[in-house]
Amino acid sequence: MEFLTVLLDTMMNQGLAGIGAGLAAIGAGIGVGRIGGSALEAMARQPESLGDLRANMIVAAALVEGVALFGVIVCLLVALG
Amino acid sequence: MTLTPIQPAPFRPALRMACLLALFFALVFPVQASGGEGDGEKFSPGDMIMHHISDAHQIHIIGDLYIPLPVILLHDGHLDVFSSSKFWNGTNEHGELLFKPYTASSGVTYENHHEVITLAGGGHNHNEHVAHSSDSAHAAHPAPDSLANMTPGHGDVPHGEEEHASHDHPIDFSITKTVFGMLLVVCIMILLFRSIAKSYLRRKGQAPSGLQNMIEPFILFVRNDIAIPSIGERKADRYVPFLLTVFFFIWISNLLGLIPFIGGFNVTGTMSVTIVLATLVFIITTVSGNAHYWGHIVWPPGVPLPIKVILVPIEILSIFMKPAVLMIRLTANITAGHIIILAFVGLIILFGQNSAALGYGVGAGAVLFMVFMFFIELLVAFLQAYVFTLLAAIYFGDATQEHHHHEEPSHASH
Repeated sequence: MEFLTVLLDTMMNQGLAGIGAGLAAIGAGIGVGRIGGSALEAMARQPESLGDLRANMIVAAALVEGVALFGVIVCLLVALG
Repeated sequence: MTLTPIQPAPFRPALRMACLLALFFALVFPVQASGGEGDGEKFSPGDMIMHHISDAHQIHIIGDLYIPLPVILLHDGHLDVFSSSKFWNGTNEHGELLFKPYTASSGVTYENHHEVITLAGGGHNHNEHVAHSSDSAHAAHPAPDSLANMTPGHGDVPHGEEEHASHDHPIDFSITKTVFGMLLVVCIMILLFRSIAKSYLRRKGQAPSGLQNMIEPFILFVRNDIAIPSIGERKADRYVPFLLTVFFFIWISNLLGLIPFIGGFNVTGTMSVTIVLATLVFIITTVSGNAHYWGHIVWPPGVPLPIKVILVPIEILSIFMKPAVLMIRLTANITAGHIIILAFVGLIILFGQNSAALGYGVGAGAVLFMVFMFFIELLVAFLQAYVFTLLAAIYFGDATQEHHHHEEPSHASH
């Protein structure tokens, strides 16, 4: 039992931080994927609005990525100290 | 008179391919050279990444070439200024710098532990910190485990011994790598914009040319596409100088962090820098908030009372959270980009340690990924500047919004 405790103690922080970073990446992937998908759909429906959609898509993607990287920073802090 | 488009001279395909290949090998070669030294301790990519991202009191160009920066310490009311090379004590087998304590001309002895300068003989708990006297013979510490050492309480020899409890650390005003990078960006900006302003004065009424011509689209972009849509035409010009400054500062700092071989600056990836930018946005938003803005926060119109009770604390919290998220977004994006690029470099060195052929093989693929990541980082450099400026403009616009008569939601007839 002590061995397990010691093992978990030393590996807990960094292991869970790794899992957390992966989950943040999943969140970013889903979020930005949805943004890209709707933007492409809208571009297909109305090709004249290509420029407007592209600019707004990039802005929305940057905002969503910001939140995901928030999670990455927390995991980085946990893993490194 | 019709204007014919200017055709670029056709670049011979073979010459272009030769240039690309030369560039490719030029990128692969230095990475292999720097990873080949030292088979003592195992190479730790985490340590290398942290070393390149963190601040330092000297600029590490390549290999053994370090540029010392001035160390300015305020302790006990007097100022100690000296070069950071006084701390240097050779390098270990990984090429990392080792430090020794230094006694300044005022008689105070300082030590450099992981780029944090403390008084010798007091301060942190470190398991390898032997010194209880001011001149320690073994101030050099083993290079890896630098991250574990930052956590207090890891020491076998916990010494809370401090001769003077009131003098913990000197206040560090040094010109560190990040400060130097910021000063560089400020110099670039001053030179750039003073020259552009002078050209506007000299070429009054004429079409812009040269540097003025290159920067004008960005200035107009910030004014017409960021400031005016968010703040409105009447009030935008009050905030445009700040938005322009912030936009170009962040963009140029981001680009500076991408230039290789000059020491790896990480100005906007440091929380200290971005928190100041976010605080400025917060101050301007708060100061320019009119009664309409505060009224909307403490008494949001158009919501029933129970929801108001929940919404008002959220709104008050969001006053502080919005600049905080600005700060985190900028720091995280830039630092993450640097970490990814450094991780690829570390990958090459890690594989190259086992066998040189494996290093070259991994090197080819990793360099391609690195080049791809560099292009993405160029986009991110501009994008993060744009997003920061856009959100700041939106917050200013919210704060100075005039009252528009809201349509009351029509109640269904009963």
